[in-house]
Amino acid sequence: MSTAAESPKPLTKKDLTADHPTWCPGCGDFAVLASFFKVLEKLQIPHEKICTIAGIGCSSRFPYFVNGHGVHFIHGRALPFATGVSLSRPDLHVFAFGGDGDGYSIGGNHLDHAARKNVNLTYIVMDNFVYGLTKKQTSPTSPKGFKSKTDPTGAIDQPINPMKKLVYGGASFVARTHATQVKHMMEVFERAILHPGFSVVEVLSECVIFYPGAFDDGNPRKGGTFDLIEEKKWDNSAEDAERHDVSDENAAYRLASLQYPGKFGVFYETDRPSKNQLEQIWIDSTREKTGNASAVDLLSSRFASMK
Amino acid sequence: MSPSATSDSPELASSPASSGVTELQNAVIRFAGNSQDGIQTIGGLLARLAGRSSREVMTYMTIPSTISGGPSIFQVHLGSGEVLSAGDESDFLFAFYQHSYDSHIGSLRPGGICIYDTDNVQEVKSDLDGLHVGIPITSATVEALGGSSRERGKNLFALGLVTQIFKLNKEKVVGLVSKQFGGKNEDVLRNAMLAFDAGFAYPVGDLLKVEYELQQGRGSAVDKVTTDGNTAMVLGLLAGGVRYGSAYPITPWSTIMEQLRVELPKYGGLFVQAEDELAAVAMALGFAYSGHVAVTGSSGPGLSLKMEALSYATMAELPLVVINVQRGGPSTGLPTSVEQSDLMQAIYGSHGDCPRIVLAPKNVADCFYIAVEACELAKKYSCPVFVLTDMALASRIEAFEQPDLATLVHEPVLDLSTRGEEFKPYPLDGLTRHAAPGSVMSAGKYPVVTGLEHDEWGHPSANPGIHQKMTERRREKIKAFAATLPKPEIYGDESGEALIVGWGSTWGPIREAVERLRESGRKVACIHLRHLNPMPNGLETIFANYQNVVVVEMNDEGLYGYGQLATLLRARHCDPKIRSVCKTDGLNYRVRDIVARVEAVVGTV
Repeated sequence: MSTAAESPKPLTKKDLTADHPTWCPGCGDFAVLASFFKVLEKLQIPHEKICTIAGIGCSSRFPYFVNGHGVHFIHGRALPFATGVSLSRPDLHVFAFGGDGDGYSIGGNHLDHAARKNVNLTYIVMDNFVYGLTKKQTSPTSPKGFKSKTDPTGAIDQPINPMKKLVYGGASFVARTHATQVKHMMEVFERAILHPGFSVVEVLSECVIFYPGAFDDGNPRKGGTFDLIEEKKWDNSAEDAERHDVSDENAAYRLASLQYPGKFGVFYETDRPSKNQLEQIWIDSTREKTGNASAVDLLSSRFASMK
Repeated sequence: MSPSATSDSPELASSPASSGVTELQNAVIRFAGNSQDGIQTIGGLLARLAGRSSREVMTYMTIPSTISGGPSIFQVHLGSGEVLSAGDESDFLFAFYQHSYDSHIGSLRPGGICIYDTDNVQEVKSDLDGLHVGIPITSATVEALGGSSRERGKNLFALGLVTQIFKLNKEKVVGLVSKQFGGKNEDVLRNAMLAFDAGFAYPVGDLLKVEYELQQGRGSAVDKVTTDGNTAMVLGLLAGGVRYGSAYPITPWSTIMEQLRVELPKYGGLFVQAEDELAAVAMALGFAYSGHVAVTGSSGPGLSLKMEALSYATMAELPLVVINVQRGGPSTGLPTSVEQSDLMQAIYGSHGDCPRIVLAPKNVADCFYIAVEACELAKKYSCPVFVLTDMALASRIEAFEQPDLATLVHEPVLDLSTRGEEFKPYPLDGLTRHAAPGSVMSAGKYPVVTGLEHDEWGHPSANPGIHQKMTERRREKIKAFAATLPKPEIYGDESGEALIVGWGSTWGPIREAVERLRESGRKVACIHLRHLNPMPNGLETIFANYQNVVVVEMNDEGLYGYGQLATLLRARHCDPKIRSVCKTDGLNYRVRDIVARVEAVVGTV
């Protein structure tokens, strides 16, 4: 198996660049892609170990734009597919990408279960509050009153709160960022990638065609406020008491309940064994019990027991 | 099949006691009770005994779809020669309750023997063509166990009776009982043996009026493997190199996934219970994409949910073994009954032109072999391979010779070799070869596997010419496989009045029906199709030799009067002599039903 040692040439953004994205000019997803490249460049993950997986949607075309092993799967099922890759190939770095429709609507159940199982992979959601690829239908994060082709008089259903859903689901790393804040986006991507277990980053990524201005309230250049979460430094200072403890689930829910545009940064982070680790413990102890027997030997003794 | 007695009289009950021991070639024993009585356990023990006595065996069971309890039967067909069906009628019926008696006395063949529990069966038919033997099974069991164990142990009492009546090898039976119950606490085994001994010692001989002995088996002296179809399937998957899989529970598929969950870690692999059917197939495809031979499975309703992802598997050309343990449909239908109504779903159930391989095992041993074959085909042709087994095979126990593991077992190898500049996953002139993630691409260009139409390199393309070419490519690779298939073996007359065509678990009963029809002077034969999509080429040259082609299936005749396989055969061969025999009562075909229905189609001589 190849390692970084065998490919001494450092991984560059140029190596990672594939087809030019088919996204509309001005789409927030361009910045997400550029930030992803920069973080991979920084972390120097071996090129062949990068595996990007997505479902269906504008943002789900991500794997075509990354020159790495990739999968463009079906709508809503990127996470279970990525789970199969992650669980059977611990040597890989598995990334899943998608939008709000893919992740919170048609794939909503899979998100809960991938989070619950704490599958070791990084999931980046480009949330634009609208269905873009199918040209402006209501999405699970569209706010009430949003006018779309399926809600011409304004959306009436309460939107999903992604951060609450992720914390409740059991994701062991949950962060929120904004596609116009590249430095912040890179910081949380890096932390998410380095986190062992199921890490998710919700990126507010504007659809300039079907929901222009959706995230101006979180963009200082458009008159909004990009309010960062201050994490505890554990320095016993008076100010520190007010800061956010990322391991506190209730504090994460309180942050998630803030009025839009809310705060950005790491909402929740916990060190919980991943499904990958727990399954491996079982596999290893079982293999030990069998004395690492070959398949022929295992099957022979099984057949003998049925005579 | 009626027991053939060595005495002149074919009637068991009227065999003269003076003729001494009546030797039986075959015996069909039906235990009718409730599902919690453990009749499956003793049925399984008898099947295991047959495997150890060079006999053939086939079992048949019904289970209620309720959570606990309810009427249940277990039928064991033991034979010294070939046993092809679980038996149309029983030679011996054990009725534990009044409802068991009422429901199953009709299954007793004329002249058969009904042993009933006098503690629970109050009314018996006065005009039975056969012999009633009343035994206080419940109270005798309670007495044997010291009155403390309620009614537990009736099954072992019955096993003791069977061992006594058929002069089975007591030592072997006791060995099997000890193996079955020995792992539990000592009381369990002690009580089991007390009940068994009480049954074995019960003075039943006088009541039967005649002594029986099951003929020695004529099969191989080597002990056979005795197991059910789902277990054989699991072992076949392991032998074929499956190391990863994912599924969601559904009857009667669940016992396969339960076993894989426990077995795979022994082989260094993993089986994951997914949150739903959609996730299960997606995860299995994730395993396949990662370079492994993977499996998913379900029953009809679950397969419906998997169909979108399976269409992706055809488009992206990912290898995957997909098991469908068919049950009665549509919808929740008859979850614990047998049916063969998912053939069209397996072949055509996904959207788009979606060619894939569909296989069906013929018996329990074949569940093993077909699973091995499915793994090989999935790898070779890089496509989904369906295996259509069914409820009957899932739970039926048969004895068969141990497969040649040294030749069949494949240790899977993960290919992460460096791919050169010439790498093309989908060459127009060759078979699909993916580069699993982790493989270095020496040209620096990495592949994206997609469900969009794509060119030879896997790049998405909406070019009409490319879609045409790639559709042809996906079709032609399956046709190339068809060209490798041998024509099915003809069993029976080389030409004649009728050729019976079957698939799946009806293999045995159809062969037995052919034997009976030929014994009665008919010129008939049968062929069995293990490969249903693609089917072997050249069937028309076989059909040409018969006046009728009768396709026997456990599904409905549909709007146009033809079952699912018959419809496909008519579409392919445009042969009006292809006719259908169908049924959807949730039960296996009895041999005599096939005989009668084929005769009705063919007409009188």
